[in-house]
Amino acid sequence: MDKIQLGEFIKSIDPDLEIKDGKQFTEVLVPSSKLHSLATQLKEKEEAQFDYLFCLSGVDYGHDLGVVYHLRSTIFNHVVVLKTRTSERENPQLDSVSDLWKTADFHEREVYDLLGIKFTNHPDLRRLFLDNSWGFPLRKDYVDDINIVTK
Amino acid sequence: MEEKVKNITTDEQQEYVINMGPQHPSTHGVLRLVVSLKGEIVKNVQPHIGYIHRGIEKMCESITYPQIIHLTDRMDYLSAHINNEAVCLSVEKALEVDIPDRVKVIRTIMSELTRIQSHQLWWASFGMDLGGLTCFFYGLRDREKILDIFEETCGSRMIVSYNCPGGLMYDIHPNFQKRVKDFIKYFRKILPEYDQLLTGNVIFHERSKGIGKLSLKDAISYGITGPSGRASGFSCDVRKHEPYSAYDRIIFKEILFTEGDTYHRYVARIEEMWESMNIIEQLIDNIPDGPFAVKMKPIIKLPEGEYYQRVETARGELGVYIISDGNKNPYRVKFRSPNFVNLSVLNQIASGFKIADLVAIGGSLDLVIPDIDR
Amino acid sequence: MLFDIVSANSAPLPSEPWWRVFYDFSSLTQSINTSLNDAMSPFWTTVTEMLIIGVLFLLFYAVVGLFLVYAERKVCAFMQNRLGPNRVGPFGIFQTIADLVKLLFVELIPIKNADSFLFNLAPFIVIIAGFMALAAIPFAMGLHAIDLNIGVLYVIAVSAMGVIGVLLAGWSSNNKYSLIGAMRSGAQIVSYELSVGLSIITIVILAGSMQLSEIVEAQRAGWFIFRGHIPAFIAFIIFLISSTAETNRGPFDLAEAESELTAGYHTEYSGIKFAFFFLAEYMNMFIVASIAATVFLGGWMPFHVGNWVGFNIIMDFIPPFFWYIGKTFFVIFLMMWFKWTFPRLRIDQLLTLEWKFLLPINLVNVLIMAFIVLMGWHF
Repeated sequence: MDKIQLGEFIKSIDPDLEIKDGKQFTEVLVPSSKLHSLATQLKEKEEAQFDYLFCLSGVDYGHDLGVVYHLRSTIFNHVVVLKTRTSERENPQLDSVSDLWKTADFHEREVYDLLGIKFTNHPDLRRLFLDNSWGFPLRKDYVDDINIVTK
Repeated sequence: MEEKVKNITTDEQQEYVINMGPQHPSTHGVLRLVVSLKGEIVKNVQPHIGYIHRGIEKMCESITYPQIIHLTDRMDYLSAHINNEAVCLSVEKALEVDIPDRVKVIRTIMSELTRIQSHQLWWASFGMDLGGLTCFFYGLRDREKILDIFEETCGSRMIVSYNCPGGLMYDIHPNFQKRVKDFIKYFRKILPEYDQLLTGNVIFHERSKGIGKLSLKDAISYGITGPSGRASGFSCDVRKHEPYSAYDRIIFKEILFTEGDTYHRYVARIEEMWESMNIIEQLIDNIPDGPFAVKMKPIIKLPEGEYYQRVETARGELGVYIISDGNKNPYRVKFRSPNFVNLSVLNQIASGFKIADLVAIGGSLDLVIPDIDR
Repeated sequence: MLFDIVSANSAPLPSEPWWRVFYDFSSLTQSINTSLNDAMSPFWTTVTEMLIIGVLFLLFYAVVGLFLVYAERKVCAFMQNRLGPNRVGPFGIFQTIADLVKLLFVELIPIKNADSFLFNLAPFIVIIAGFMALAAIPFAMGLHAIDLNIGVLYVIAVSAMGVIGVLLAGWSSNNKYSLIGAMRSGAQIVSYELSVGLSIITIVILAGSMQLSEIVEAQRAGWFIFRGHIPAFIAFIIFLISSTAETNRGPFDLAEAESELTAGYHTEYSGIKFAFFFLAEYMNMFIVASIAATVFLGGWMPFHVGNWVGFNIIMDFIPPFFWYIGKTFFVIFLMMWFKWTFPRLRIDQLLTLEWKFLLPINLVNVLIMAFIVLMGWHF
């Protein structure tokens, strides 16, 4: 499917979703409540078969945090980008997709470690790189007087 | 009293937990594996990483795009050139700059040389993991020759920083073509020697065949790319699927196997060295004339938006995801590093094998620790 | 002419060739013994002789150990396209001495929670096992500390004692890697001891004696590896494999498997205690190589080819001690060659190789050899 067809296909799954025609890929803005069900359908529907999660990145958008999922189908070779945002900054929570794509296990731990987004239903949500005394360094309001020099 | 005896004989009590690393000869760096053993059999492997986490993604947010090049070098230091290419390509794509053919061809040749030298070092250390210490010196001997070529052209041997947004830092050295051709001629003769020393060895076959099987389904689900993924039949060669630089104009085949065990991960890399030599031979005589770089603005500002660029490093698919807010610094940079993802499968494929197999499997995944930690 | 003069001077017995008298050490040892007996009582004579032999073996042990370390580094460098040690002294021959001096100065790190008595005892057990095995080996004609009538059995039994040291070292270090290494080593040596024994028994059947000097003497007409048809050759190969395994070397170095267990049973040892283990490994290699040389390759017997009288006379000129050393180092070179060429086996493959392949082959081999000897088909 090309970009437009993909957009239509996703509309057919859930007409409320906001489709953005990005420069490279079809981008879908998903509310965090619908994320897991959409991801499941994208993976399992015959015509989509997004079986390969090739990138999962956490982003600090300022007032809230978000996660971007890059999905690819190894059969049809089409790509879709799911973007979701948490409702708050203090206790951000999202559904884990590690039951759909096992690679999400490590990726979500990384996002939890660096941005502090908690993934519900994750099998083993521990910090990955840093120990528990650290803050969440990829957040924009992270302060480290020793290592980060602000001009 | 009886209860006490019972407690001791439960499975939990019989587990023998050892720490492999952070300083261990076969983890190739500061990777720590907490291995639960039952006798010699591995029950569970938990990787503990982050010993050299430098926060490259955070650092990128406060520096300019040309400066990022010097950090990506230090991620997967064996694929330094290819990492740089990923960042350059995404910057060029964002600015919609047309890159001269000469640059594309030189980048491709350098990438393939990088791939060969990376696989040489992998072969060397993989042999050592299995106890064949001589392999290490054979591999390094030939790798020196490529590093010498790099030194002549880039001024540096490993952390080359040869790419820059818009082209290359400097033109190739006048000797470059001759030396590369000499190397190809030399290495075509020497590569069968690798097979004689290790590939054909009975002990090696016994140690690697059927060990650490990774099914195609798991490979895709875990996102295992590079030679490790292709050994399982996962067609994931970015050079084929999304050609960048000069890969669209050359003929090469994607090495695919279906078995997915340690042996085929090994053979996939050996075959890739042959394939890389083919690619270089197609290009080395046809380097077009022209400028070696496009004049870029002194301060590069990417238009607002999101850019994703994939390249095929020696270990798999490297993704660079840049979110730009229009400033000279990126808003967010994410590196989807192949080693980080490849490490996640270790527990899945190493459980149930012996501890010696864990070392072999770890070696066959070809992990580079700075790329995992970033 | 030279031949005539030499043989005339040493007044040979009519049946013995000149070199067997000229190069015989027993006259020397006899004269030392008589002069000592003249000077003191028999008890003190024995004590003095034991002391002399002890000191000589200590010296021999050190020299051979140092030389083997140097040789291994050079051979390994040769296999790996390197130069090897080349800075200390000409061709780096003093490198090992420099290393030894360094090891002497290295701090002996005390290990918390280690069983310190066993921890300190282990290196000595390993060393003593090597020493005791040296006692029965015939270095040249008439040059051996003691000529036991069960020499072969004694050497095998004593050299296998080293495993106790290895097990103790692994156990007492209180280190998980060490313990795995020690357990592997135990399983390995207990299994391969069988093959070593059986392959030597093959030759003992042919020789008809267990006394090492008699085994050498029996090879006067030709080395056993040539005389014993194919069974002797098979026994030699099996002996080579299993003795490599027994010394924890080469592709069988699972006990110290560097890439898996860092350094195996001697992970926690430092300084001179580590040097003991290091030296013991080379001495064990020397001992098994000298058994191979003695039992299969004729010990100190010169190399003779059938009726080539001229050739045989030239061979006779080389003193037996050099024949012995030459053969031993040839076997050692083979073992080094293995080590630097093959990847390491896995523990289950190692045991499979012994119990499913070497042992059955060996048993059949002994049977065939007995049959050949019975029928008198050997040369």
